[in-house]
Amino acid sequence: MNTTFFQLLSGMVVSVEIFLLTLLFSLPLGLLVAFGRMSKNKILQTIVKIYIAIMRGTPLMLQLIVVYFAPFYIFGLKISQGYRFVAVIIAFSVNYAAYFAEIYRAGIESIHVGQYEAAQVLGYSKRQTFCRIIFPQVVKRILPPITNETITLVKDTSLAFVIAVAEMFTIAKQISAKQASVNALMVAGLFYFVFNYVVAYVMEFFEKKLSYYR
Amino acid sequence: MEEKALLKMEHIKKSFTDVGVLSDISLTVRKGEVVSIIGPSGSGKSTLLRCATLLTRMDDGELCYGDMQAVRSVDGKSVYASREELKKVRQYFGLVFQNFNLFPHYNVMKNITDAPVTVLGHSKEEACAKARELLGMLGLSDKGDAYPCELSGGQQQRVAIARALALEPKILFFDEPTSALDPELTGEVLSVIRKLASSHMTMVIVTHEMQFAREVSDRILFIENGLVVEEGTPDSIFASDNPRVRDFIGKIG
Repeated sequence: MNTTFFQLLSGMVVSVEIFLLTLLFSLPLGLLVAFGRMSKNKILQTIVKIYIAIMRGTPLMLQLIVVYFAPFYIFGLKISQGYRFVAVIIAFSVNYAAYFAEIYRAGIESIHVGQYEAAQVLGYSKRQTFCRIIFPQVVKRILPPITNETITLVKDTSLAFVIAVAEMFTIAKQISAKQASVNALMVAGLFYFVFNYVVAYVMEFFEKKLSYYR
Repeated sequence: MEEKALLKMEHIKKSFTDVGVLSDISLTVRKGEVVSIIGPSGSGKSTLLRCATLLTRMDDGELCYGDMQAVRSVDGKSVYASREELKKVRQYFGLVFQNFNLFPHYNVMKNITDAPVTVLGHSKEEACAKARELLGMLGLSDKGDAYPCELSGGQQQRVAIARALALEPKILFFDEPTSALDPELTGEVLSVIRKLASSHMTMVIVTHEMQFAREVSDRILFIENGLVVEEGTPDSIFASDNPRVRDFIGKIG
């Protein structure tokens, strides 16, 4: 019983790590991708469009496998044990960045051109305009869709089982098979639910914090 | 004594914009002058203002602020000054928009002080003192902490005027400053502009408020189809022989 508990706990920790690291990398990366997507440079714009199309158009599970095995198949490198976790973070970050990029783009394009013009006439540089005037307003507008993606991410962390990373779902499945009982999987289900409850609560807090203006 | 020209626009041409074309328009504004631009929708009034404030790129023409040349005409094409020079040019003027375009995430105080601090590098204390002075002058002393969404349209427009004035422009442009307001709110904004006129602020005002233009302006330009149809003192415009001008003024009253 005790070992089962600690096994599940360690899986939980790994799931939370995947979640946090993915957000940490994909949120800023998504903004860069959004800039590329909105770039006036047609070549860059096309490359980014193709990237987004692939990320959204193929299963994340397949992307995980590709990232994990690519070093071996493409470069003939020996895949080390530690690379498993790294591959998960790379695949998740690159995948979620594509989704976040489109959310950023929608947010940025929804800001009225008058805001840019007012800033320009007041003498703000392009960078100042974006950082001080545009981006804060974008954040407020995109919080609901970001919350959606974040909640999906919590559940998607379970896909890491496909390359045998010992996260919550992988472990729960192993225990469940050994004990011939679904109890461990039910515990995993409860874990994802509570995790998402917390995520939704935190995001709602941020939304409330930004509700001081319209 | 002839005051020096703060703004000189010569032979401005601009085609293919959604709000109107400019065929060949010149405009000189001297220090302390109030110039109103009137004319039907799509006549090019706003386009002229947008060219003057560097929001729209003109096809051809010359644009000078004081001694600074922002745009030159070379072989029938406009050539803009360098980014650095244009940055200086932008400090020369202010613009008040039809839709205010206040920053919704900043309160009134921050709306007014952010540009002086961020762009001009003034100290926060200095900018706040100046902002309080402006808010007092515009009758908004108690609104410093309010957010734009908590204000009426007239109050928002007055904040927008304060925001522009905080940078101490030598010339202030108004692009239909009361078109988004009901008559009551229009009155409070016009009285602010009147106050500025009496303190000899140099202003260029695009407006549909004929009586206001007549009362406040030193000079009125009537523009139609991208050309100046008539230019003169308010009295001469309102007593114009030009049937088109008479018709337009008669209709709007």
